[in-house]
Amino acid sequence: MIMMNDICKSYHVAKRNAGFKEACRALFCREYETIKALDRVSFTIADGEMVGYIGPNGAGKSSTIKILSGILTPDGGACLVNGRTPWKERVDHVRDIGVVFGQRTQLWWDVPVIDSYDLLKDIYSISKETYKHNLEELTELLDLKELLKTPARQLSLGQRMRCEIGASLLHGPKLLFLDEPTIGLDAVSKLAVREFILRQNEEHGTTVILTTHDMQDIEALTRRIILIGKGRVLMDGSLEDIRRGGGNIDQTVARLYRDYDI
Amino acid sequence: MRDGIFLYGHYVSVQIKSMMQYKKSFMLAVMGQFLTSFNTFLGMFFMFQRFSAVGGFTYSQVVLCFGIFLMAFTLAECVARGFDTFSSIVRKGEFDRVMVRPRGLVLQVLGSRFELSRIGRMLQAVVMFIYGMRTSGICWDMPRVMTVVFMVAGGAVLFFGIFLAGAALCFFTLESLEIVNIFTYGAREFGTYPVGVYGKHILRFCTFVVPYGLVQYYPLLFLLGKREEVWRMFAPLLAAVFVVPCYGLWRVGVRRYQSAGS
Repeated sequence: MIMMNDICKSYHVAKRNAGFKEACRALFCREYETIKALDRVSFTIADGEMVGYIGPNGAGKSSTIKILSGILTPDGGACLVNGRTPWKERVDHVRDIGVVFGQRTQLWWDVPVIDSYDLLKDIYSISKETYKHNLEELTELLDLKELLKTPARQLSLGQRMRCEIGASLLHGPKLLFLDEPTIGLDAVSKLAVREFILRQNEEHGTTVILTTHDMQDIEALTRRIILIGKGRVLMDGSLEDIRRGGGNIDQTVARLYRDYDI
Repeated sequence: MRDGIFLYGHYVSVQIKSMMQYKKSFMLAVMGQFLTSFNTFLGMFFMFQRFSAVGGFTYSQVVLCFGIFLMAFTLAECVARGFDTFSSIVRKGEFDRVMVRPRGLVLQVLGSRFELSRIGRMLQAVVMFIYGMRTSGICWDMPRVMTVVFMVAGGAVLFFGIFLAGAALCFFTLESLEIVNIFTYGAREFGTYPVGVYGKHILRFCTFVVPYGLVQYYPLLFLLGKREEVWRMFAPLLAAVFVVPCYGLWRVGVRRYQSAGS
């Protein structure tokens, strides 16, 4: 269970105009602008839910994920994930979560994937039986058998993403954060990843929070959608609420962004 | 603790496996490492062609001093390479990944880089040490052997502290700071000679600010039989205390990272 209550977070961003002269000036007196990345964000997510977290670029999606995964400390507000405050009890908290950053790898680049998995087993102190069981299951469902022996750098993007998802589920987390998991994938890989996430949720009751710009991901996976813009939660509803506008979902969402002026 | 050491060993084995993927690059790096410090050695060698002693130390004594100091430095660099290259870890977002794993941050950063190619320099340090040991006319008894062990261990911990402090500064600047290199790579060069030969002020700096003197000059005098006070033997252990404020700075840096993001 995830509870976020009035979470605020702002950043200081240095600002200057273009040009070399300005760059020199900024060296001595720098002007800062405070940007509110999150402005009183509140929501509650129950166990086993699949939630799509959407919003335009720079809306505060990554900041939210970072706070929920214990990387970032907010300026104010309360947040409880399974009864723990993520940034205060980092080690205990992250044992229960899996995080996939679509744009970054967590596999060791030059060694076969299975070596990375073995190392993760020790990092998470997974018992031998659990590891064997989870590995077998993931290998079958994600079709990893041939990939495990290949070094990560030689995998295609789609193959690597399957291995990444496998890597973040080895320790059987109750909660899974997916940050743009289908970015850059071809149609076949996308479908495979989606189908796997659905099954994981159904069979293990894993809570999934998904950020994406791909509305088909949202359509295929989630029933509930949280729309965030300029650091505020603008809408918290079902896919049908968004669909009410009718027509193509991408167009509808674009119109929503325009309506909210974000 | 035992679990941590075991995990570190696993990290190192993955690093070594990765290195073996690039055999030629590895061999070249080993050779390069050997040659760079061989340069320093040559400089010293030619110096002693002209002068028979520097600051009251003979050629063999300086070789011994350099050998020990270089061993300590190389040991630290080999292990703490993750902190030496920490700015890239932060910039590439690898540190976010470190934060979402249920292990100590220092342990994970240590495990993220292990420079086996430093073995080239280590070899040279050992050869110089053996040469200095046999020609400097020390009568080797138990306290002398212990002194050497303390000097290498204390020196390694000292350099580890400097690398750690340098990494902590990356949290504030995001860039690696050139000034830190003065205290690591610079010190490696100027530690060729016992720091006492540079005069009173430098020695004072090397005693109270960054205690190079405690792992090099003071115990060296005891080793060479120039002084007999027993405290000199244990001076390197005192230098290890330097790591405490460095760790403090690291903690402050981590807290800043959590509140500011990258």
